[in-house]
Amino acid sequence: MADEPLVLGIETSCDETGVGIVRGTTLLADAVATSVEEHGRFGGVVPEIASRAHLEAMVPTVQRALDQAGIKASDLDGIAVTAGPGLAGALLVGVSAAKAYAYALDKPLYGVNHLASHICVDQLEHGRLPEPTMALLVSGGHSSLLLTSDITSDVRSLGATVDDAAGEAFDKVARVLGLGFPGGPVIDRYAAEGDPAAIAFPRGLSGPRDPAYDFSFSGLKTAVARWIEARRRAGEEVPVRDVAASFQEAVTDVLTRKAVRACLDHGVDHLMIGGGVAANSRLRAMAQERCERAGIELRVPRMKLCTDNGAMVAALGSEMVWRDRAPSAFDLSADSSLPVTETHVPAAGPVLPLSHDELHRMSE
Amino acid sequence: MLLLAFDTATPAVTAALLDTEDGAVLASADQVDARRHGELLLPVVDRVLRTAGVGKEQLGALAVGVGPGPYTGLRVGLATAAALGHALGIPVHGVCTLDGIAHAARQAGLSGPFTVATDARRKEVYWARYDAAAGRAEGPQVDRPGELAERLGGLPAVGAGALLYPEVFRNVPEGMPEHQSAAALAAYAAGELAAGRPLLPPTPLYLRRPDAEVPKNYKTVLPA
Ligand SMILES: Nc1ncnc2c1ncn2[C@@H]1O[C@H](COP(=O)(O)OP(=O)(O)OP(=O)(O)O)[C@@H](O)[C@H]1O
Ligand SMILES: [Mg+2]
Repeated sequence: MADEPLVLGIETSCDETGVGIVRGTTLLADAVATSVEEHGRFGGVVPEIASRAHLEAMVPTVQRALDQAGIKASDLDGIAVTAGPGLAGALLVGVSAAKAYAYALDKPLYGVNHLASHICVDQLEHGRLPEPTMALLVSGGHSSLLLTSDITSDVRSLGATVDDAAGEAFDKVARVLGLGFPGGPVIDRYAAEGDPAAIAFPRGLSGPRDPAYDFSFSGLKTAVARWIEARRRAGEEVPVRDVAASFQEAVTDVLTRKAVRACLDHGVDHLMIGGGVAANSRLRAMAQERCERAGIELRVPRMKLCTDNGAMVAALGSEMVWRDRAPSAFDLSADSSLPVTETHVPAAGPVLPLSHDELHRMSE
Repeated sequence: MLLLAFDTATPAVTAALLDTEDGAVLASADQVDARRHGELLLPVVDRVLRTAGVGKEQLGALAVGVGPGPYTGLRVGLATAAALGHALGIPVHGVCTLDGIAHAARQAGLSGPFTVATDARRKEVYWARYDAAAGRAEGPQVDRPGELAERLGGLPAVGAGALLYPEVFRNVPEGMPEHQSAAALAAYAAGELAAGRPLLPPTPLYLRRPDAEVPKNYKTVLPA
């Protein structure tokens, strides 16, 4: 629909500089520049390297998105940006640029939550989210079960990881196996040729008295490392494919079991999976199978929309405009630990232009 | 032409609007808070334009301090300048932050050779040396003040970096600027442009490589 809000979204919370343009629930552009190769040899994202790369990539990536969408910046109805959570210095590059674009173009600014964006992106694939939606958010920094009745204003956390995030576990196990960084995609590939039943790795927090919706992956990671070391010490070859498949099976088993249970317990007949780990092929297949058996409809966006990108930010921004949510102020902060329940960061008071009194107060 | 200048490479968030026809500073605003550059810059820019009664579409060019300075704050200015320039379709010029402070020192009456030093944290300073003809003779560089004592200790020095290490910078004249002022930055940039000298590209002068360590070899979990 032509009258749906046209929004540009900027994402710089980690190592991807993403700029997306969305009209309502229609994706018009998704431009991403990544510094992932520069981090590889450090075994993890180096914040300063990521921040430097964001600054360099920002304007070219915005231009690429505008070209892809075939629109002029002046056509936009708003500018959305990831305000948090994420790496503080990296977030600040995107937030600074977004403010400047919004200011120069006279458009409202929306500082939005990265995690809510990971959920909202599904609207670009499967249309408006049903309400309520159960979301399993699995990424490099988070593993949570979230229940949302309105993605712009109400996200409730039912449970989360008590130690490592799922993506972190993939990355750490890949490091032990010497497979490089990031670990998720490589393990996914090796696992496809391995036997998921070869090794019985533990399923964390799965006992009858354990919290139903929380996760724990650090014990699993240690168990995998011990198993590998024992093999190496015995001078035996490590069956990388079987280890990858069995580890992946343990992660996806717990994730999907708890997600389906949360849906059934709360009478929700839709499950959305988002975040970088949602790109995992076994997770997608297992969730499909288990949801079908439980009569739950599964919604997982295509892989490119699961990892960090600007389109997800634009999708949530467009929803903010659509639902008339209050814009952010031009003194918006980047908040590295923005709680998942804060879907956006509306202005506390009136937005610029400020009155004389306010300017006076500000300068004191 | 209306030139908007700002700088976030020192604890000051500073912006100024200058008319290059007559060199008049139409408005300027400064706020010193080393931890809130991100929050403060755009409201400060807005304050300057509104005080001058100038619309952003009337701007002809931007000048931005490219450091050296603490990275996180520095990038606020550069990301803002890049996006403003892109959205408004106007050129963005980079100016070495220390050159702006040097210009302010000259305006405040300092003559002869001198040094500008700012706080680089981690017990280091960013510095540059200026000759009597007002040109930058050496720098910008980042060093431990102790290493500069012999070479620069006798010269007059300005800037927060000089005030921070009086045992090294023993000659700090009164009434000199401590942080950047965008009014001086704008005046300096306008002068260089008028003289046909090119300014810098709007990219940061980091001077240090990113802190990043290749992780030690993987630690075993089994007892040795
Ligand atoms: N096919 C895959 N299988 C498993 N994990 C994967 C796959 N592809 C990517 N990942 C994992 O996803 C993570 C990256 O996801 P994402 O980009 O959403 O996380 P992040 O943005 O770093 O964290 P957060 O969103 O929590 O701030 C990495 O840990 C990576 O290993
Ligand atoms: Mg993410």
